[in-house]
Amino acid sequence: MEIKPPVPQIPAPIWRNIKDLQEWEQTHQRRPEGDKHSQLFESVTEGIHSFPGGFVVTTVADAFLNWARKSSVWPVTFGLACCAIEMMATFASRFDVERLGMVPWASPRHSDLMVVSGTVTIKMAPMLERIYDQMPDPKWAVSMGSCANSGGPFRHGYHVVKGVDRVIPVDVYVPGCPPPPESLLNGLLLLQDQIAHFRKTGRRALPNPKVD
Amino acid sequence: MTREQAKALIGERFSSAQVDGDAPTSAEATASRPIVVTLPVDQWTAFAQFAKTTLGCRFFSFSSAVDWKEQGLEVVARIDNLDDGVGVMMKARLGPGVSACPSLVPVFRGAEWMERECYDMFGIQFEGHPDLRRMLLSDDWQGHPLLKSYAVDTPHPPYR
Amino acid sequence: MLDTAKTSKVEFDYSGGERLTMNMGPQHPSAHGVFRAILTLEGETIVGVDAVIGYLHRCHEKLSETLTYAQYPSIASKTDYVAAMTSELAYVMAAEQIGKIEVPKRAQYLRVIMAELQRVASHLLWLGTWCMDMGGALGGGATVFLYCIRERELILDLFESLVGARLLYGFYQVGGTRYDIPDGWAQKCRETINLIDARIGEYESLLEDNPFFLARAQGVGVISRELAEDVGIAGPLLRGSGVNFDLRRAAPYSSYEDFTFNVPVETGGDCFARYRVRMVEFRESIAIVRQALDRLPDGAISSRPGLKSVAQIRIPKGEAYARVEGPRGEVGCYLIADGSAKPYRMKWRGASFSNLAVLPHIIPGHKIADVVAIMGSVDPVFGEVDR
Repeated sequence: MEIKPPVPQIPAPIWRNIKDLQEWEQTHQRRPEGDKHSQLFESVTEGIHSFPGGFVVTTVADAFLNWARKSSVWPVTFGLACCAIEMMATFASRFDVERLGMVPWASPRHSDLMVVSGTVTIKMAPMLERIYDQMPDPKWAVSMGSCANSGGPFRHGYHVVKGVDRVIPVDVYVPGCPPPPESLLNGLLLLQDQIAHFRKTGRRALPNPKVD
Repeated sequence: MTREQAKALIGERFSSAQVDGDAPTSAEATASRPIVVTLPVDQWTAFAQFAKTTLGCRFFSFSSAVDWKEQGLEVVARIDNLDDGVGVMMKARLGPGVSACPSLVPVFRGAEWMERECYDMFGIQFEGHPDLRRMLLSDDWQGHPLLKSYAVDTPHPPYR
Repeated sequence: MLDTAKTSKVEFDYSGGERLTMNMGPQHPSAHGVFRAILTLEGETIVGVDAVIGYLHRCHEKLSETLTYAQYPSIASKTDYVAAMTSELAYVMAAEQIGKIEVPKRAQYLRVIMAELQRVASHLLWLGTWCMDMGGALGGGATVFLYCIRERELILDLFESLVGARLLYGFYQVGGTRYDIPDGWAQKCRETINLIDARIGEYESLLEDNPFFLARAQGVGVISRELAEDVGIAGPLLRGSGVNFDLRRAAPYSSYEDFTFNVPVETGGDCFARYRVRMVEFRESIAIVRQALDRLPDGAISSRPGLKSVAQIRIPKGEAYARVEGPRGEVGCYLIADGSAKPYRMKWRGASFSNLAVLPHIIPGHKIADVVAIMGSVDPVFGEVDR
């Protein structure tokens, strides 16, 4: 009797996180359209851009304004938990963030960036939303640490929000528990690249399907 | 005040208390093991007052509760005599379905926040507490999380 | 034309009796975390404080009932996240006490070294943030902050070469420690603590010659000895109020009885006394680390090495309350085990929770600016408060 050797089978891929991905698609906050500039400004820039040769003006102005915006992003000191200690270490002497132009500022009304560092709890979420609303446009949000990304190690707790993107729209997610200052700096530099791609009407770059 | 003296004093004053009833469960050195006293609930405050004045246990370490499912809740408190190194762990079973307990706030001011947290987590009403409201969760939270009947991942729309 | 009959009149009452309720909200520049204090003010003097906490309640106690003894120590670090080693130590010691698990001598000495290094790192952060709160981030308070963070980074480098993580470690496991010190670590450690020892002297002279610092710290936030014991505060707050109680002396754990060190006690009870206690604690911790490095025995680092699955450690029925002298006070873990791989009930006695409970008793009577100084000297970490 011939015994056939086993045929190697490539196992079917096990999609473990499809449910979480669907949950994220449904629940995360999306940025409202047209949150950057007024209608008048947009119509003026459209007019200049459609003028023959006008694109030179808009692209140069764009590049200049985006350089100015990205070189002077002021984060509001919004440290919630353990990641706050690493955020403070990033703002301090060794991993200086002030050389990038980021001066940590306590008042949300004078800042551009909110680095949500730490676990967002249900009691804290309305406060976080209020601080985010007090920030003037254009504003960005960086979710630092796994607690802010998705709830982190406390995801299954009854008082923990499963990620800060359920409360505010987030631009950059920095993973880690806590992310060391090098990771946070990487995230902030990625944010600066995103800001540099602000297009002429002030709408943000659409997500690149190859990268995002 | 040594551990043995304290045990003797407790035994003669509170006859219905069970002192070191269970077999020693901790591997700490015998001298620094706490005296575990299991009391009926109505002697809770009286025992604390006795420990503070007679045994010299003026340091209030913590107070909490345990949910023993069908057997009901149990309140636990630990007080220490810092000078002599004697610790007393007080326990009292509330019985199934009961969630009221006398408060230790008249004796120790530190019990204020600890009992508020017990109320928040277990729903135990402390009689005599000056300001019993929720401590860690928002005031309009429904349910008491640390009870065994509360699921850890209870949803709370819209945030989770 | 302004119609004076229709304009409303606003009456101001400056009799001095009116009270203002001011919210020192969960987000404020003094870098202590999410704490809300609803202050009732009469002019500039505070007459009432309502402390609202719970903005960082992360369900530790409920989650611990779903995580095994091997999984939880990394989560335990996140209670006192500035001194993560001490929180893990309390949990692991409680499990070892119930299960009567022996810890080898080398592991005990390693635990002592890490706990004391953690104490130095935590006090450096305390000093930096306290001075930054009192001085303002851009107004000169950042001086001491940046110096202290520079020193703290050196210690965090040591931890990173040992464990791999800077802030939150999973260094302990039931039965001992998980990692052993690599080659050259002991030498690097000695150099680091010698450097820090020299620099602490600089910071002391920088601060104590500064009359503004003395004016803001002396006589502010006095905690009487009786209040301290009644509320249950511990650590430098208790020792700053005259009570000579240190768990490393009173109930030695993990071979602390092998080391000689002094326990600083001050009787002032004010912020300056607590500051002096912590500054002396720096030097004592450095002395303990030197002794431990000199006498580090060889041997196994864990009595239960080779952890293969998360449910491998089963603790028999029993209960224990293990306490550890953390940088903020007595961190305790009351653990009830029921024979399975997960605890039945675990309660964290957070040092900062009890320490914060003293605030409503000492703040009334001070000015608003003193609140910042007092909160800094109480040094709360909200992972411990809210758990």
